[in-house]
Amino acid sequence: MNETIRTLLAKLGGLPVAVDTITDSADLYAVGLSSFASVQLMLGLEETFDMEFPDHLLNRKSFASISAIETTVQSILEDRKVA
Amino acid sequence: MDLSTKVADQSLKARATRVAAIAAAYADEVDKAGRFPAEAIDALKSERLMGIQIPVDCGGEGRSTSEIAELCTIIAQACAASAMIFAMHQIKVSSLVSHGVDAGWHRTFMQKICNEQLLLGSATTEGGIGGNLRNSICAIEVDGDRCRLEKDATVISYGKHADAILITSRSHKDAPPTDQVMTAFLKDQYTLEQTHVWDTLGMRGTCSDGFLFKGEAPAEQILPKPFAEIAAQSMLASSHLLWSALWYGIAVDAFTKAQTFVRAAARKAPGTTPPGLVQLAEMSSQLQVIRSNIKAGLGNYEQALSDPDRLSSMGFAVAMNNVKIASSEMILPVIHQALRICGIMGYKNGTPFSLGRHLRDAHSAELMISNDRILGNTSTMLLVHKQETGLLG
Ligand SMILES: Cc1cc2nc3c(=O)[nH]c(=O)nc-3n(C[C@H](O)[C@H](O)[C@H](O)COP(=O)(O)OP(=O)(O)OC[C@H]3O[C@@H](n4cnc5c(N)ncnc54)[C@H](O)[C@@H]3O)c2cc1C
Repeated sequence: MNETIRTLLAKLGGLPVAVDTITDSADLYAVGLSSFASVQLMLGLEETFDMEFPDHLLNRKSFASISAIETTVQSILEDRKVA
Repeated sequence: MDLSTKVADQSLKARATRVAAIAAAYADEVDKAGRFPAEAIDALKSERLMGIQIPVDCGGEGRSTSEIAELCTIIAQACAASAMIFAMHQIKVSSLVSHGVDAGWHRTFMQKICNEQLLLGSATTEGGIGGNLRNSICAIEVDGDRCRLEKDATVISYGKHADAILITSRSHKDAPPTDQVMTAFLKDQYTLEQTHVWDTLGMRGTCSDGFLFKGEAPAEQILPKPFAEIAAQSMLASSHLLWSALWYGIAVDAFTKAQTFVRAAARKAPGTTPPGLVQLAEMSSQLQVIRSNIKAGLGNYEQALSDPDRLSSMGFAVAMNNVKIASSEMILPVIHQALRICGIMGYKNGTPFSLGRHLRDAHSAELMISNDRILGNTSTMLLVHKQETGLLG
């Protein structure tokens, strides 16, 4: 999953730096993720993982770092399994 | 009865009403000359209203955003420029209150604001960036325990009259445009070289000239949170809500003038329906929508204050943007209708029904962070955020 997120981030994040120089815990907003790009990234994740972000997870914290995105996506996929 | 011992009413409303009376006396003169409303701002200071939002343990009164919004509405009915200065000052204070209470320097600064009734200015707009406050070109330079900043600030309201300026920049010279910080500079820590003159249609008394800002200060004056968080959690919401509250005040005053005009006509010809009466009913309905929208927004903000996740959520940002869009657009037809009702007495300056200032001041609302820009941001979020479909949520 980490690799998929990184690939999407490279494609949609519009970042001024290469994605492989970013650590999992680095603040994505500080490396240049704009709010427009973060929405594009969300759409990419929804398409790739065939899911939808619920409104309560559409906040800065969920997208603050690569590992935060991973946790967010994982929790949505797990909730779906339980449901 | 000995009036000299009578204690003045110290409720917030009474304090603001006394400020409004002074603001009203000078409003036309301030507008005409495009000068700073010194009398109204002195009155705000002598009523000790500058620090009211600051927590009690930092010397303030811990007043809520709703209470401050109410004061904006009261003062705007007298002089919108004075109300805008008060609103912008309180928006800056809200950033300190939300993000500076754990920082030593900023706590002391808040004490100082209360003790000395300081007026805070804001510099987010930058040459080359316009109204996009979430981007900066200029960067703060930190050198040991000092920081330095130079900014082409194309609009700083009451820049010459502020006692301190809160200013945004990139966090260091290699940072991307979105990686921003906000720094508080005191008057004796910066110079302002004027680059633009504020000769505008309305809001003339805000004296929002352009300046080249050059400042140097201890680095601890940089707010200890990324500006992205400050913007999302205090600035955007308090700007949209306090601005809307004062814009509502402009429209309400226009309505009051129209109502007075219609009532006078009705008294002169009892038994007949004066012209303008039906339009008045329509305006009343529009005002109620604007007022309800702002009140709901204030309620939403105050509930979200205890929940940082909700404060930085898209749903919340969409809601606050919508309050701004609706109030800035809906006040214009109300004022326009009032002008039609009052006729030439409203069109002429210097009558009890003059509406020129209202009309011109209100036209700043759609431009102040351009509605097109805000709609652009909201529309991006609507790609993933779902519209509320229920009535009670
Ligand atoms: C009374 C008043 C006081 C102010 N005081 C201050 C102050 O103290 N400090 C401060 O920093 N600023 C202040 N401002 C400036 C304010 O914050 C905005 O920066 C400013 O109103 C927007 O200026 P602009 O129209 O040049 O900017 P822009 O946002 O650049 O807009 C220019 C034009 O481009 C269009 N446009 C731009 N971006 C988009 C987009 N993404 N989508 C669609 N259309 C777009 C808009 O429709 C607009 O017509 C003040 C403004 C007013 C009216």
